[in-house]
Amino acid sequence: MSGVRAGYVRPLDIRHGRVDLSHGAGGRAMAQLVEQLFAAAFANEWLAQRNDQALLPRPEGRIVMSTDCHVVSPLFFPGGDIGCLSVHGTINDVAMSGAQPLWLAAGFILEEGFPLADLQRIVDSMARAARDAGVPIVTGDTKVVEKGKGDGVFITTTGVGVVPAGVAISGDRARPGDRIVLSGTIGDHGMAVMSERESLAFGTDLVSDTAPLHGLVAAMVEAVPGLRALRDPTRGGLATTLNEIASQSAVGMTIDEAAVPVERQVEAACEFLGLDPLYVANEGKLVAIVPAADADRLLEVMRAHPLGRRAALIGEVTEDAHHFVQMRTRFGGKRIVDWLAGDQLPRIC
Amino acid sequence: MCLAIPVRVVELGFDEMAIGDLDGIRKEISLALVDGVGVGDYVILHVGYALARLDADEAERTLALFASAAREAA
Amino acid sequence: MKYIDEFRDGELALGIAAAIAAEADPRRSYNLMEFCGGHTHAISRYGVTDLLPPAVRMIHGPGCPVCVLPIGRIDLAIRLALDQGVIVASYGDCLRVPASDNLSLLKAKARGGDVRMVYSPADALKIAAANPEREVVFLAIGFETTTPPTALVIKEAARAEVTNFSVLCNHVLTPAAITNILESPEVRRLGTLPLDGFIGPAHVSTVIGSRPYEFFAEEYAKPVVIAGFEPLDVMQAILMLVRQINDGRAEVENEFTRAVTRDGNLKAQALVSDVFELRRSFEWRGLGMVPYSALRIREAYGAFDAERRFRLETRSVADNKACECGAILRGVKHPRDCKVFGTVCTPESPIGSCMVSSEGACAAYYSYGRFREIPIVAGAPA
Repeated sequence: MSGVRAGYVRPLDIRHGRVDLSHGAGGRAMAQLVEQLFAAAFANEWLAQRNDQALLPRPEGRIVMSTDCHVVSPLFFPGGDIGCLSVHGTINDVAMSGAQPLWLAAGFILEEGFPLADLQRIVDSMARAARDAGVPIVTGDTKVVEKGKGDGVFITTTGVGVVPAGVAISGDRARPGDRIVLSGTIGDHGMAVMSERESLAFGTDLVSDTAPLHGLVAAMVEAVPGLRALRDPTRGGLATTLNEIASQSAVGMTIDEAAVPVERQVEAACEFLGLDPLYVANEGKLVAIVPAADADRLLEVMRAHPLGRRAALIGEVTEDAHHFVQMRTRFGGKRIVDWLAGDQLPRIC
Repeated sequence: MCLAIPVRVVELGFDEMAIGDLDGIRKEISLALVDGVGVGDYVILHVGYALARLDADEAERTLALFASAAREAA
Repeated sequence: MKYIDEFRDGELALGIAAAIAAEADPRRSYNLMEFCGGHTHAISRYGVTDLLPPAVRMIHGPGCPVCVLPIGRIDLAIRLALDQGVIVASYGDCLRVPASDNLSLLKAKARGGDVRMVYSPADALKIAAANPEREVVFLAIGFETTTPPTALVIKEAARAEVTNFSVLCNHVLTPAAITNILESPEVRRLGTLPLDGFIGPAHVSTVIGSRPYEFFAEEYAKPVVIAGFEPLDVMQAILMLVRQINDGRAEVENEFTRAVTRDGNLKAQALVSDVFELRRSFEWRGLGMVPYSALRIREAYGAFDAERRFRLETRSVADNKACECGAILRGVKHPRDCKVFGTVCTPESPIGSCMVSSEGACAAYYSYGRFREIPIVAGAPA
């Protein structure tokens, strides 16, 4: 009789193994990858069923869906990685409608040669983020592309949630007289990521602010159901988000530079590279447009939440046919805060 | 042109290199263009090189000048 | 941030603004050129114009090394990347400047050119060390502030006997540009560009000192005040210029005493003379050919001169006909005078270099100031 144990399948070599094309081919190698890596980490009743889809109960309320593609580089940065970023990012997009996020789906495009150890790290991080946020990853997919055709890993996450009755939060609802509230410091994520980039690298304590905001949003919506708009200022920063809302709502805005909270190290890092914190990405902050009468109450509620401690009233919505976002500078003058033109590049001049 | 910022020298290294600090952000900088810089000095930094040592007394004098212009006008 | 925040203080700004308003004679105008693009950027970003009386007019000068870099020179870098497989290392500022054939360095990268952004010329040398089988060319731009670092890196390459590294040198000189402005017909003869004084560049002056400007004050009877980089520095310099003009003086004054001396950085100057020499003339975008205004690498360091190494010949490329960058760089026109400003030419799709560089007059005006010209309907009451 052979000494081979019955039913033995050689486990994935996480430590030294690399993704190869067979992992995306739909055969046994792929099944093993899904089972031993993804499903093992995400571990929930839906994935345990091993179907290509998740059967979900019909939720009460209006359904919100959002999807996000994640291509961040480097994959691992101070305070986070592409994994938790992808979970938080989609939870936040769903939450910005005032919705409670319920379920997530995750798609992975892996580059041939990508170390399994790194993939395990990313997947563990996603699992942790999903668990901590209470939003399970119920279904997913993975494909492998040839070496050179991907940046290690690209992740797409889709989220579904429900909006409670009576809540109507949308970017086109800002009205002149409304107040603009920001949940905390800006520029942390973008500068933390930049600190790792070759040639620009600098020593810092900065960490990404990546975080799921649905808990904060739930508290805000409960206290102020009349919230007009919510948005998280990711790529393009606060400036871009304000311009988007101004444009959608056909209004203008005026903000106070002195009122916008910025960490000292973020300011300093921006000085070094000639960047403007207003345009630097955030992954754990939100902007809220609220009727003037409710601004104080909203601030109180936000500051009581761990993710809103530095919440600040930064400006007001105005009537403006040009939809400009203007800023009263710390210096005393006025300038506009325009849309971002292309990527903000570090400069020497 | 010429984005340059005042950074504090916090550590001296080999080959005229040093560590500059601006509010907690640290970067490796070259002191090859300026002699006599010590730890605690401020230098004007451009593209990774110190161009000049910042004269702290003159800085104070300049700030005082701003304040006096303001006072005279009042 | 020490030595930065104090120089951005809003209270002091109001004070100096009051002094300027009190001393500027409303019956005349004070036409002041801020030569340096960094000052243009600071004035726009902090809204300094809001704090000045109407009698004081700020004119943007050509002190933006990206803005004055001719298309033909960028083409050289693009062709090196696309045709010769060279790794081109460049500061971020140059990457989006539109060149010939609808290309830019960034677009060349999208087409497979190996273009890499660096923060310092030392990084370019590191790339060469890390890629010994490839040629690496550093696109060097900048006025006298940026030249000493390039000189150091060339010397380092020579010392280490690096064989795959060279520099495409586009370093230009401030005094030559100022002379060019002062000698221009608009200033000298036609009087279409009234010019009463200059705000001298901050960081260029840390290297060259205040002495070189004495010539301008004397020869052309125009006061020069060297100003630091922060908005309060600029305002104080404006005040000092107003005073000089009122007094009928034409002297060189130094507001940036914390970093600028009369002699400047002699060590840096010596290093630059060791590595570089003057070109007889050099084309400046917008200004045309300017004599003795630019540097090239000396023969002793010829191995590190990309122009020699790759036998490069610069083609002079005309600007888009509608582009007014030239006139804007000379201070003769304002961005809003350009027909394509804000419509065809925007930061997203720039036609000329004044719109690409964040301190170009057009980009600065578009990004920070264009709301001034358009009547804004008052906001709802608080």
